[in-house]
Amino acid sequence: MGGRFGRWMADHWPVAVAAGVLGYLLLPVVVVAGLSFNRPSSRLSYDFHEFTLDNWRDPCGSAGMCEAVVRSVQIGFVATVVSTVLGTLLAFALVRHRFRGRTVVNLLVLAPMATPEVVLGTSLLALLVAAGVPQGFWTVVVAHVMFCVSFVVVTVRARLSGMDTRLEEAALDLYASEWQAFRRVTLPLVLPGIVAAALLAFSLSFDDFVITNFNSGTTVTFPMYVWGASQRGIPPQVNVVGTAMFAVALLMLLVVRVREREPAASK
Amino acid sequence: MTGVRRRRLLPYLLILPGGLWLVVFFGVPAIQLGATSLYDPAGSLADGYAMTWSFGNYPDALAGYWPHLGRSFGYAALATALALLLGYPLAYVLALRAGRWQNLLLVCVVAPMFTSFLVRTLAWKAILSDGGALVGLLRDLHVLGPDGRLLASPVAVVTSLTYCYLPFMVLPIYASLQRLDRRLLAAAQDLYAGPSQVLRRVMLPLSMPGVVAGTLLTFIPASGDYISAELLGTPKEYMIGNVIDSAFLVRLDYPQGAALSVLLLGAILAMVVGYVRRAGAEEVG
Repeated sequence: MGGRFGRWMADHWPVAVAAGVLGYLLLPVVVVAGLSFNRPSSRLSYDFHEFTLDNWRDPCGSAGMCEAVVRSVQIGFVATVVSTVLGTLLAFALVRHRFRGRTVVNLLVLAPMATPEVVLGTSLLALLVAAGVPQGFWTVVVAHVMFCVSFVVVTVRARLSGMDTRLEEAALDLYASEWQAFRRVTLPLVLPGIVAAALLAFSLSFDDFVITNFNSGTTVTFPMYVWGASQRGIPPQVNVVGTAMFAVALLMLLVVRVREREPAASK
Repeated sequence: MTGVRRRRLLPYLLILPGGLWLVVFFGVPAIQLGATSLYDPAGSLADGYAMTWSFGNYPDALAGYWPHLGRSFGYAALATALALLLGYPLAYVLALRAGRWQNLLLVCVVAPMFTSFLVRTLAWKAILSDGGALVGLLRDLHVLGPDGRLLASPVAVVTSLTYCYLPFMVLPIYASLQRLDRRLLAAAQDLYAGPSQVLRRVMLPLSMPGVVAGTLLTFIPASGDYISAELLGTPKEYMIGNVIDSAFLVRLDYPQGAALSVLLLGAILAMVVGYVRRAGAEEVG
């Protein structure tokens, strides 16, 4: 018995380790989902006390939380639109064109991703203070666009550089104008990459705490709300938002994966 | 003629808006950060700071907070090593052993990142809490003393740091293992290489680009992180990020905060350049 188990482990130990690591990654998500059904015994308690549906029935019962979620969605929406447009243009320039200064642009795009968030946040704060700009909603948007652009470029570029340019050449040969070739051939092919980049940008913006913390003034986003609440005791409704976010993300990932597979299946 | 000129101008027009945004809100602030770090430390936020080229801010900041800087890099290095140890087997299984489960497992790795970072870190507070099942188990097994704790310790902070950045380790390694030619692994086995030799002599060298990218993507954000230390640790576990945060937002000592930020970035850059050179040299040799 022990020998058979031993042999199985010799063959499959990486699978066992991987399963454990996956458990480690998913454990906090399970705990958050569980706590969203908890009626805590006291405000500072993190232990599971009693099952209840109240938190899900009344997610806005915790003062100020839903306002913070709405503000995060607004900021995330504006930051996503702007950074997706700017990043997609940059990606096109970097993949499709050879021009002087390309290396510098590349460096400028990659540098924010290689810089710790505290440094990004504090440098922007230092500039805003030196320039006398008051911090608030719009400074948070500006900061979020800044760090999202790089991620958009990387995501769109990956899609764009794997694309067959002969398809566009074929369209041009068949008397499509440059604009038509772009609109009817290139854009539809890159679109999945752009959508993925936009989703990534939104989730980065919605979730950002560190950079926001330095540039928000008195504007309270959802992560800022959670941070403030963590000092006074976390309302259980926070876990409802966490669980709902996970469910929405999971759904979107599955939809994107299924839609990606469709054209391949119809070939 | 105008067509040719338009072609040549096109890339610059595409770059202009995004490039300008990055210059104004990333490049210029970085320069301002350097300037702020040299302001007269006697000034204040209310009265304004005078530019006195006070290079003394750096040794002063270092003298006060070198333990925090050291702790940041120590914790980050430990978290990176743990993430590599845990992440490599997971990436290997995802890329080469998952079969039709591959997509589902990938979603499982990515999906937690889309849940609020702070909410997940607070979940660790629940998991590691004194009354929790884990602490109870470890006390029964005498790993922890009868009133031993996991919270408020370096263990809690490193656990959470490893957890937060693990997907950034797994995904690049997965990508490079996915591209690897499986026939090379089979060839090594045919030539009587044992599993450990296949790993050491074939798989690991071929997945090196992923390992290098993964360790950088883990180490850099982990050394600047201060959420884990703040929520799961005590001031004894505070990292350099905690000090920078309080310098800018609580003590309002901008020159010192800026000097510490520059020191953090400079130290990271130095380490990254050294690491990439060594990893690159090993890859060639």
